[in-house]
Amino acid sequence: MKIHEYQAVNLFKEYGLPVPEGKLAESEEEAVKLSEGFTPCVLKAQVHSGGRGKAGGVKAARNTEEVRDAAEKLFGMRLVTRQTGPEGKIVRKVLLSETVDVVREFYVSITTDNESGNPVLMMSSDGGTEIEETAKLHPEKILRIPVSVTEGYKNYQGILAADFLGLEGENRKELQSVLKGLVRLYGEKDCSLAEINPLVIDGNGKLMCLDAKINFDDNALFRHPEIAELRDPQEEDPREYEASQTGLNYIHLNGNIGCLVNGAGLAMATMDEIHAYGGEPANFLDVGGSATSEKVKAAFRLLLSDKNVRAIFVNIFGGIMHCDTIAEGIIRAVSETKLELPLIVRLEGTNSEEGRKMLRESGLAIIPAEDMKDGAIKAVKAAGGRV
Amino acid sequence: MSILINRNTKVLVQGITGKQGQFHTGQMLEYGTDIVAGVTPGKGGQEIFGLPVFNTVREAKEKTGADASVIYVPPAYAADSILEAADAGIRIIVCITEGIPVKDMCRVKQYLRGKETVLIGPNCPGIITPGECKIGIMPGYIHKPGHVGIVSRSGTLTYEAVKQLSDRGIGQSTVVGIGGDPVKCTGFLEILKAFEEDPDTYAVVMNGEIGGSGEEEAAEYIRNHMTKPVAAFIGGRTAPEGKRMGHAGAIISAGKGTAAGKIEALRNAGAEIADTPDEIGEALVRALIRKGIYEHCKSS
Repeated sequence: MKIHEYQAVNLFKEYGLPVPEGKLAESEEEAVKLSEGFTPCVLKAQVHSGGRGKAGGVKAARNTEEVRDAAEKLFGMRLVTRQTGPEGKIVRKVLLSETVDVVREFYVSITTDNESGNPVLMMSSDGGTEIEETAKLHPEKILRIPVSVTEGYKNYQGILAADFLGLEGENRKELQSVLKGLVRLYGEKDCSLAEINPLVIDGNGKLMCLDAKINFDDNALFRHPEIAELRDPQEEDPREYEASQTGLNYIHLNGNIGCLVNGAGLAMATMDEIHAYGGEPANFLDVGGSATSEKVKAAFRLLLSDKNVRAIFVNIFGGIMHCDTIAEGIIRAVSETKLELPLIVRLEGTNSEEGRKMLRESGLAIIPAEDMKDGAIKAVKAAGGRV
Repeated sequence: MSILINRNTKVLVQGITGKQGQFHTGQMLEYGTDIVAGVTPGKGGQEIFGLPVFNTVREAKEKTGADASVIYVPPAYAADSILEAADAGIRIIVCITEGIPVKDMCRVKQYLRGKETVLIGPNCPGIITPGECKIGIMPGYIHKPGHVGIVSRSGTLTYEAVKQLSDRGIGQSTVVGIGGDPVKCTGFLEILKAFEEDPDTYAVVMNGEIGGSGEEEAAEYIRNHMTKPVAAFIGGRTAPEGKRMGHAGAIISAGKGTAAGKIEALRNAGAEIADTPDEIGEALVRALIRKGIYEHCKSS
């Protein structure tokens, strides 16, 4: 799960990381009001994406007039960054942040190294830029310090880090405190990424976190209700959000063949199969291992809410899931949604004979598929593509 | 012969009194798995399917001599259950549970480091040695005893591969679902090594997917050490970058862990690549013919 910068800043503060003063505005008027006695300041669009500065989502203002101008431009703006895709994201909240003079910039982050099963701190003296670029062009400019998941942060790690970044005097102690707080926050709140980009030395010679980004492990949200509350559904694809509420795993794509599959691996493979025979999947959809007929219905509603969909391909390999249960769900969903699109169904595995028989005898115009290949080819044809 | 489990494996079920645990215990018993007991804290002394239920794995192991355990425990408690089984000296632990917090698995990984315990999963379908022992949730009847090992990150895609083999009369020695989570203790590498060492496995099918570097490591091993033919499929060629495709491990970031990179590595290592998922069986047949062992792998 992702959160907004202003929410991440609050968490940084809670863990003793130095952050600029900030105020959150939800309208132009509020921005103007909050800026009184607070200028000069920086207005930062709050959307779940990096690269906001480059896209015009960050504006400096010297006085209230300039705050008004900037706020007018930012609120309601469709911010298109490298991460948002062409459809962009609407700006609904703006963070007013104290202006900070920047003397030097660094990059600091922590994430989990899946191979070792430990968090790893990453830092670079190239702050403010995209770390992926640095990693590609100048890997030697990035220092990686593994942190033990059981032992936590150790001071020697901060000394290594300060040496690498070329810090001196008080800044070295400040870095210790930043890293210690960051590692503690990362572990205690079950983060999957915490990033300070940039961490700067400000005009007063102090370290300061000028941006804050935190992602959380969805699987651990059950033990952090205070974090789960920070979720902003408006930042998510509405269909993906609805799916997550019904226990389905859905990702919207740009093709025209709606897919309904059980199991993530098979769902991905089904997308590949459709693609291989000249079609484009409209989505990834995993109904899970224990789908009920209710869930199948919800899945159909999701697929049909995508107006690009020209055909639906159901690909089920029943293990735990019984094909007759799926068949029942399909029959109900087709009748209740008055489905008019071509529907191709492949049922294999547990109780597949019963399931196929139910579909045949339902009198519905369902196109049966022998196997995954047959189904993909029929779906591509039905969607108007060439095989 | 087979890897990890066989007809002599004695299995415990942790979480046997839960809905999932009960259902799949029934299925495993039906398949012929030698399940010796169940474990659910606080339910010790009860019986289920005529099997004794114990409060702890330690007690269950002492009383029954179990050497494997399968975990159907909710995500919040699953890591605990893994540690309990490891601590009691269980040799093979299969964790079916989906949705365990990453940090919990990181801790488990550190704890198991250097120990002999083998943990399969989490978020996996389990392991099966056809005709002998099934530990997990896969539909048993699609399998056929034989000489091809299968290792896969996904559940239902594994079934797909199994069926394609069985339909061609090619049986399996052991089928291992290593699971879709990013942090795990047993990956492709460990399972490929086991298959390479197993005299009864003649060839291997490997189903990988986008994300992580397990397939690349496997390719390295295949190239340098593997004498048996390998057929491979990599799922997620069409997946968009940065999106999590259901499996938490299946996310490609910054050009790493792409399907193209994995396919290239495996091809260069000499693996026979299935270009589409419907071609897994065919790719294996090609690999077997190339090695001249197709007839040996066909069951009568």
